[in-house]
Amino acid sequence: MTTLFAPAEARARRAKATGRPDLWKATPLTKIVLAVTIIVSAFPIYWMVVIASRSNREATDIPPPFLPGGNLGQNIQRVLTNEDAHYLAGLTNSVIIASTVTISVVLISTFAGFAFARLRFKGGRILLLLVLVTMMVPLQQMGMVPLYRMMVSLEWIGTLKAVILPYLLNGFGVFLMTQYTEQAVPNELVEAARVDGASTLRIWWNVILPAVRPGMAVLGINTFMLTWNDFLWPLIVLTPDNPTVQVAINSLNAKYGTDYVLIFSGTALSVLPLIIVFVVFGRQIIGGLMEGAVKA
Amino acid sequence: MSLHVDSGPSTRAPVPPSRRHGRPGSGRTFLSWLDMKAAPYFLISPYYLLFLLFGIFPLGFTLWYSLYDYDLAGTVKWTGLGNYSALLADSAFWNAVVNTLGMFVIATVPQILLALLLANALNKRIRGRLFVRLGVLLPLVTSVVAVAVVFTQLYGRDWGLFNWILGSVGVDPVDWKAERLPSWLAISTMIDWRWTGYNAIIFLAAMQTVPKDLYEAAAIDGASRRRQFWQITIPMLRPTMIFVVLNSTIGGLTLFAEPTTFYGGNVHGGSNSQFQTVSMFIVEQGFREFDYGYAAGAAWLLFIMILIGSLINFLLIRRIGGNK
Repeated sequence: MTTLFAPAEARARRAKATGRPDLWKATPLTKIVLAVTIIVSAFPIYWMVVIASRSNREATDIPPPFLPGGNLGQNIQRVLTNEDAHYLAGLTNSVIIASTVTISVVLISTFAGFAFARLRFKGGRILLLLVLVTMMVPLQQMGMVPLYRMMVSLEWIGTLKAVILPYLLNGFGVFLMTQYTEQAVPNELVEAARVDGASTLRIWWNVILPAVRPGMAVLGINTFMLTWNDFLWPLIVLTPDNPTVQVAINSLNAKYGTDYVLIFSGTALSVLPLIIVFVVFGRQIIGGLMEGAVKA
Repeated sequence: MSLHVDSGPSTRAPVPPSRRHGRPGSGRTFLSWLDMKAAPYFLISPYYLLFLLFGIFPLGFTLWYSLYDYDLAGTVKWTGLGNYSALLADSAFWNAVVNTLGMFVIATVPQILLALLLANALNKRIRGRLFVRLGVLLPLVTSVVAVAVVFTQLYGRDWGLFNWILGSVGVDPVDWKAERLPSWLAISTMIDWRWTGYNAIIFLAAMQTVPKDLYEAAAIDGASRRRQFWQITIPMLRPTMIFVVLNSTIGGLTLFAEPTTFYGGNVHGGSNSQFQTVSMFIVEQGFREFDYGYAAGAAWLLFIMILIGSLINFLLIRRIGGNK
């Protein structure tokens, strides 16, 4: 980043010296566009907190309230003790599901990425191509009916297994880790370890794993967020008394349509863990996203 | 990123001598031969096992199911392509197709234009770069259900903020859920709010790979900023544009959570199904009516829609970039 930045500064200075317009200068329009975007981005989340901390009477005031009130704790209490939503169970289930899926997907993808990027074997290219093709298929919609029937005959409906297992199939993860391994681990390093007599598993552990850790982090954060937020499949295979957090919010929404304060408190509480992750790992998330975009 | 690469592995790479399987040149044992030949397959096997179970198997079985007729009583009858011909004659299915395509267009076109504009602004020299980028990406963190809950309230007929704003400039309140176009608009804004910033960051990454000299040369030739944007940035962004549009096509045509939450968690999509999408139609047929065959047939038709939509968009973008 620093190397990119220095010439830009130099260019700016040169542009000033030669009297040519500086192409990368932020115009007032730029600043307005960005400011408006940030306000629009943040507003619904702010609004969530405003309504979640008010009473239902205030929430339906005209004009609406624009500042947070003092009822947040009490409202969250109501969400947690609500008998239809099973919110706490939902929160726990979401943590279990998202963590299990994240760890598995990252491991499976790192294994496969190593094989595709740095090992030579018959059919490797075709198998990798297969991964790319399946990334285009909307598996959730396409596989819904048979997967549901499969879970019924296994008697897994209502269990977390039924949610977790289909999520472990993640072509994007394999693709990302293949790309990352290719870039992060020089072939010579693998060859050298091989000459030293290291087994494939040992190479994975001692050479690959330390090098691809940043890629694993990006994939992990990504997978966690997607799994945490997914709605359609848990809605189908789980029952309302053992939900994920999204399904719990849906139950609140379906049953207490006008009790905005209750629904908003539940929603705010479900977004909170992700906002924390986002603030802590923001730099890595953006870095990973931008790097992935250029390579794809 | 490259820093990690240089420091990490080189210090750890050498394997402790005591653990070596065999010295180089001392001849490969059977075990090491097995390790060379079988290990790659062993490493990729977890993925392909899952792929078989939760990818190939459901896809094939969806096709199989779509050839049978299921009814509420649980009887199953072979019907061949009967489900498909019934679907193509079913006005409820076509209604869902029209809704899906309508919302896809209303949401995607402004979203891509806004994302380009935003990426162009982000590409300027700005202070607090990380903060601004995080701000732009913030909506991505919130779940679709959360977004839909908040926007549904904002679009409320009686106490919603948007109607209050409209009212204060003298416009009559809109019943966003009751009619087709307003409901499409409301749902489209939910999609755009969530995805515009994400796409802008993707475009920004691509913009930063465009050589800056190109712009400087164009500036010397007297090309305006606007012309530089359309004649340098846009053509150079073509591969990324294809990626973004294909992504939006798949996401848009499989739309489910926003319209479902907008109607209080019901997949019927409004009193007259005015915003029921194909995904919601599939869930309604399969899991409310328990007509698995019909739902499976609709899923295959949706897949075909996605393939056609992707192809059209792909060709369109190739043309746009090619003409300039």
